[in-house]
Amino acid sequence: MTTVEESAPAPEPAAAPEERPIGYGRLRRKEDPRFVRGKGHYVDDIQLPGMLHGAVLRSPLAHARIVSIDTSAAESHPKVKAVITGATLEGLGLAWMPTLSMDTQAVLATDKVRFQGQEVAFVVAEDHYAARDAVELIDVEYEPLDPVIDARHALDPGAPVIRDDQEGRTDNHIFDWEAGDKAATDAVFARADVVVTQDMLYPRVHPAPLETCGCVADMDPVEGKLTLWETTQAPHAHRTLYAMVAGLPEHKIRVVSPDIGGGFGNKVGIYPGYVCAVVGSILTGKPVKWVEDRSENLMSTSFARDYHMHGEIAATRDGRILAVRVDVLADHGAFNGTAQPTKYPAGFFHIFTGSYDIEAAHCKVTGVYTNKAPGGVAYACSFRVTEAVYLIERMVDCLADELGEDPAELRMKNLLRPEQFPYHNKTGWEYDSGDYPTTLRKALDVAGYQELRREQAERRERGELMGVGVSFFTETVGAGPRAHMDILGLGMADGCELRIHPTGKAVLRISVQSQGQGHETTFAQIVAEELGIPPEDIEVVHGDTDQTPFGLGTYGSRSTPVSGAAAAVVARKVRDKSRIIAGAMLEIAPDDLEWEKGRWLVKGDPGNARTIQEIALAAHGVLELPEGVEGHLEATTVYNPPNLTYPYGAYICVVDVDPGTGAVKVRRFVAVDDCGTRINPTIIEGQVHGGLADGVGMALMEIIAFDEDGNCLSGSFMDYLLPTALEVPAWELDHTVTPSPHHPIGAKGIGESATVGSPAAVVNAVMDAIGVRHADMPLTPGRVWQAMHGGVGAPQ
Amino acid sequence: MQVPAAFEYRRASSVEDALALLESLGEEARVVAGGHSLLPMMKLRLARPEYLIDINDLSDLDYLRVEGGELRVGALTRHRSLLESELVFRHFPIFHDAERVIADPPVRNRGTIGGSLCQADPSEDLSAVCAALRAALVVRGRNGTRVIPMAEFYRGPYETEVGPAEMLVEIRLPLVANAGSAYEKVERKAGDWAVAASGAAVALEGGRITQAGIALAALGAATVNSVRAEQALLGREPTEEAFAAAGRSAAEDCDPVTDGRGSAEYKRHLADELTRRALRRAADRAAVAALAAGAAGEDG
Repeated sequence: MTTVEESAPAPEPAAAPEERPIGYGRLRRKEDPRFVRGKGHYVDDIQLPGMLHGAVLRSPLAHARIVSIDTSAAESHPKVKAVITGATLEGLGLAWMPTLSMDTQAVLATDKVRFQGQEVAFVVAEDHYAARDAVELIDVEYEPLDPVIDARHALDPGAPVIRDDQEGRTDNHIFDWEAGDKAATDAVFARADVVVTQDMLYPRVHPAPLETCGCVADMDPVEGKLTLWETTQAPHAHRTLYAMVAGLPEHKIRVVSPDIGGGFGNKVGIYPGYVCAVVGSILTGKPVKWVEDRSENLMSTSFARDYHMHGEIAATRDGRILAVRVDVLADHGAFNGTAQPTKYPAGFFHIFTGSYDIEAAHCKVTGVYTNKAPGGVAYACSFRVTEAVYLIERMVDCLADELGEDPAELRMKNLLRPEQFPYHNKTGWEYDSGDYPTTLRKALDVAGYQELRREQAERRERGELMGVGVSFFTETVGAGPRAHMDILGLGMADGCELRIHPTGKAVLRISVQSQGQGHETTFAQIVAEELGIPPEDIEVVHGDTDQTPFGLGTYGSRSTPVSGAAAAVVARKVRDKSRIIAGAMLEIAPDDLEWEKGRWLVKGDPGNARTIQEIALAAHGVLELPEGVEGHLEATTVYNPPNLTYPYGAYICVVDVDPGTGAVKVRRFVAVDDCGTRINPTIIEGQVHGGLADGVGMALMEIIAFDEDGNCLSGSFMDYLLPTALEVPAWELDHTVTPSPHHPIGAKGIGESATVGSPAAVVNAVMDAIGVRHADMPLTPGRVWQAMHGGVGAPQ
Repeated sequence: MQVPAAFEYRRASSVEDALALLESLGEEARVVAGGHSLLPMMKLRLARPEYLIDINDLSDLDYLRVEGGELRVGALTRHRSLLESELVFRHFPIFHDAERVIADPPVRNRGTIGGSLCQADPSEDLSAVCAALRAALVVRGRNGTRVIPMAEFYRGPYETEVGPAEMLVEIRLPLVANAGSAYEKVERKAGDWAVAASGAAVALEGGRITQAGIALAALGAATVNSVRAEQALLGREPTEEAFAAAGRSAAEDCDPVTDGRGSAEYKRHLADELTRRALRRAADRAAVAALAAGAAGEDG
């Protein structure tokens, strides 16, 4: 059996949902019985004999030189087994590690601390309490340095140089990156009737998964094998990176990602705590558990956004959008740790042309260091598509305001038309498929848009502030074609293995890792659809590098577009082989058989058939097989996506604003999504519900804020606010279906659509209510009131 | 997981026992009831008591009863009991208003009124409620009992009149005829600490305001009554103009600071806006109470 790479196979028509229970359609999640009974198994549930516990000492300062570290008191704590500092790691060549953006990051600080919460030392002790107590016994002397907190001043002449660890560095500049045609764009702007300009900040927010990050590292000193249970969305990528960086042989590393309590991008990268736990296990010869607490998660792990955007939109007087121009200052924190394909330092931000038929576009993104936590792409953002969608959807509303046009009509007038697909936008993307006007019309109908506008006018007469916000988003997900997309040189293709057992049950081994997305259900349904084996009979194995084929993991809504495609392809390979075996069973040429879900039957003699289960048994039995055909029934594949997929949707939000307090109530939210073929509508709706709540949270309450000294002001859930059922309405969902033409089953991915599309709808609604062109998120009551009264300070 | 520094734990069997423990263990001992303020501070290692004295067994401090023209509330009464009590709602609907927006059900199931008041957080809701209602607080020590008016209870943020070997045991709320009360709060999300809040209580007689209590939360270093605003109402009819005058005074006299919840300017505006709203509702409720009392009088 050989592994071959697949090019794009032809799509097959999707089955109608009513054909469940075999394949697609509503199916309760196979994962749920263990979750609702409290029987999930997370990293912190792991208990090993003799296991020790680690805790991290973190910097209280945003920028300071380390004068000295005295660990003697901690070391003499009776329960402490090891104290690890940057000096310890330097001896092992591990004080610094590469980031996912080819930068370096301190594992434990050696020279300076560069953000509040940075890792300075790691204590290994007999129990968690002792480890925490001993951390406080470490005495670090710091020499405070001026911090760079406001990204807008990071490039000022004379600004403190944060990364003086890098030879010859004299400033805080990381990269400049451009997309689109500047000259063409400038020319269109020069002749446009109307140009609207708006500055906006997409504030720093945090994924804040319910389960924080952690690991259990177990280095077997006899076998020389490291087993690492980790909260990771990308176990295979992690294993390879540990092998490359730490010099451990890859076959002697096993990374296991058990049940994961939410990721949202937060669990893509490698954190210093993981490395320290590994070193702790090597030094002590015992397993070491490290699980960060909530404050550590919020203050030190991958954030998202932090984009200062200067947007410009050009249009004709009658509302034809001509061009968009954007200048972005991107705050990447102290180390450039963003996770994205190597060629794209600003992720896929250049999809900011959105869903509109425009003549020209250009963007420039400048990345800078600041004395804040590193990270940058995380939180259900599809590699900066969130920022891009927010930018264009706010700009379109600003234009509507300038022209005095209805924002829904303005969008309808400018949306791409179905006949323009596949559509090549002005920054280099090829949109696969779409029927945008139909989707927007559906959303307007569901919302009762005209009626809402009438109601709004009536309420205004009474002094009430009601707002209606529209957003239309196009995502680009499913990274990606391996020739163009990699992370640290690892191409973004994904493997998959399918084995049919003799009794017709199956095991599917996938490379992606669920953090709550329901892979065990969805992927079983994909195989079920292809082979006619009930999903209940298909076990999906994931999250263990010893058990699954290589692949880059789950983020950027790539599981279904990439790994889901692999599952369909591998099932078709099995089906092809089953045809040969069925032919042998029926003593007929395979070409004389035709497939009906779950069985091969003789053309013209449908009573003469063999089911997939019968074929599986025969494949493992004594049946004589044609020459060159191996026994058993299994296949492998590696799927290399030919293009990204482009889910899209139309969202409408209705808010009421209290004129006296500025408090916003989200009254209604209509979401019409098109993610192509729908595998399990229940899971899709769950993903959309969660993403919409995320969007309301970001629009109204979430921000990682800092004071001028770089103290993080959002280090707990009392300060970093997440929305609950009380802040969100009953979601009104609908959908259209435009399959992706290049995906084996036409699916486009849904994981991040709602997070990407919804913040602009909420902000547009609030601006509509209060009659203000723009105010930055989060729109807390205070900020809304300030905006209503003309004083909008840029948040920091 | 955030874990506190090491401490010793004692479980008090009676108020006397708790007071004896407080005396013998000294100033590093802290009483714990619901624990929803103290334990998070301990986990963040901002508080490091050497001893915790658990008073959750003192069920004789968990009561609501009318006695001597007052509603008497045991210090161990949980938020949930205050929220759900028909008796409390009838006399002081302000409690219902405030309790609905205090944290979330798990916190309200365990947190106590005594703990809330003794924490003396200037953003805490029940402090403003009790100040508006002119509560009196019964504090017990080994040598006897003191009754402290709410207006004298706070020394500053996180500081009260309760001595190291004393305990708050009861809150007394005077019953007032033809009275109404209300609480208005702005928060960034359900269960958030107040951006600003205002509690108001008024009594009416012959269509005029005869008693008024107004207290603000999160609008100064400690919860205090807005005395000028209260005085501005006395003898006046409960009109929009009167409420506006009171709101203006409350806004002028408060002392907000700019922070992540909002600017000082915005919070001062809220002092005005929320005070007016609270007064409006309190006066409506007082009018209903007066009507009901009148009807009951006629029936009798």
